[in-house]
Amino acid sequence: MLKIGNFTFESRLLLGTGKYPNFDVQKEAVEVSGAEILTFTVRRMNIFEPSQPNFLEKLNLEKYSLLPNTAGAKTAKEAVRHAKLAKASGLCDMVKVEVIGCDKTLLPDPVETLKATEELLKEGFTVLPYTSDDVVLARKLEELGAHAIMPGASPIGSGQGIINPLNLSFIIEQSHVPVIVDAGIGSPADAALAMELGADGVLLNTAVSAAENPVKMAEAMKLGIEAGRLGFEAGRIPKKRFATASSPMEGMSIG
Amino acid sequence: MKLRINGEQVSVPETVRCVTDLIEHFQLGERVVMIEHNEEILEKGAHPETKVKDGDTIEIVQFVGGG
Repeated sequence: MLKIGNFTFESRLLLGTGKYPNFDVQKEAVEVSGAEILTFTVRRMNIFEPSQPNFLEKLNLEKYSLLPNTAGAKTAKEAVRHAKLAKASGLCDMVKVEVIGCDKTLLPDPVETLKATEELLKEGFTVLPYTSDDVVLARKLEELGAHAIMPGASPIGSGQGIINPLNLSFIIEQSHVPVIVDAGIGSPADAALAMELGADGVLLNTAVSAAENPVKMAEAMKLGIEAGRLGFEAGRIPKKRFATASSPMEGMSIG
Repeated sequence: MKLRINGEQVSVPETVRCVTDLIEHFQLGERVVMIEHNEEILEKGAHPETKVKDGDTIEIVQFVGGG
């Protein structure tokens, strides 16, 4: 069970909704993934093309918790505005704070992220900030009252996997709220590793939407996350320097 | 009258009196849209009672795919 604020979820996979080949593939991938939380963003509408299709129309919104993000915001003020616009839809109470501080790396701006998180918590949102894997920053976000911490594994959309498992494990060990690894996941192995480190969930988008077969990858991610979580709960053996025989040493001389 | 919608000057007929009328005028009634009127974000329930007048600045936004 993943508990974020007052919400509980069976699935530990949070799925993005960008860059799928088409809405039908997206719909199938979302269904196969078992994800209960979908993230998306707020943009100006082209009012002169009211018939343009929208991904929301393909999805049964009753089945999912919607997690709008503030992607595109470069300041806390912009992020708060995006979040409030999203909430005005009446469809969501959660928000993923995303304030990008660098166009080249798409890494988050720590100062503006803190500010936006504080402001949105005051407004009564359930707040999930996307942050770098900075241990102290993660702690400060939690102290503000963030309902989950979402450290990046590596830059957004890069598929590089977990660059700094040490920092990630520090964040996981110190946190009393869920830690959801967000950004940079490339393969089911990456997702499984995040869960084995003790993460409470994984948020990913490009790894599925840009895979050769997004629907298969959605299932692979689902299984990877489930396996990783089970492995974490089971408690892995420590790594040792020397071999330890698996077979008994007694009665070896059978002849 | 002239409105500034999503950063562009747009003319709408005088029959558009409130935000709900504006949404209907652009045939967005069936869509999930969020409205900001003169820098004030409107809850859905406030659309009928929010009057639109010449020179207003309006943002009409929607949800799009993202990660």
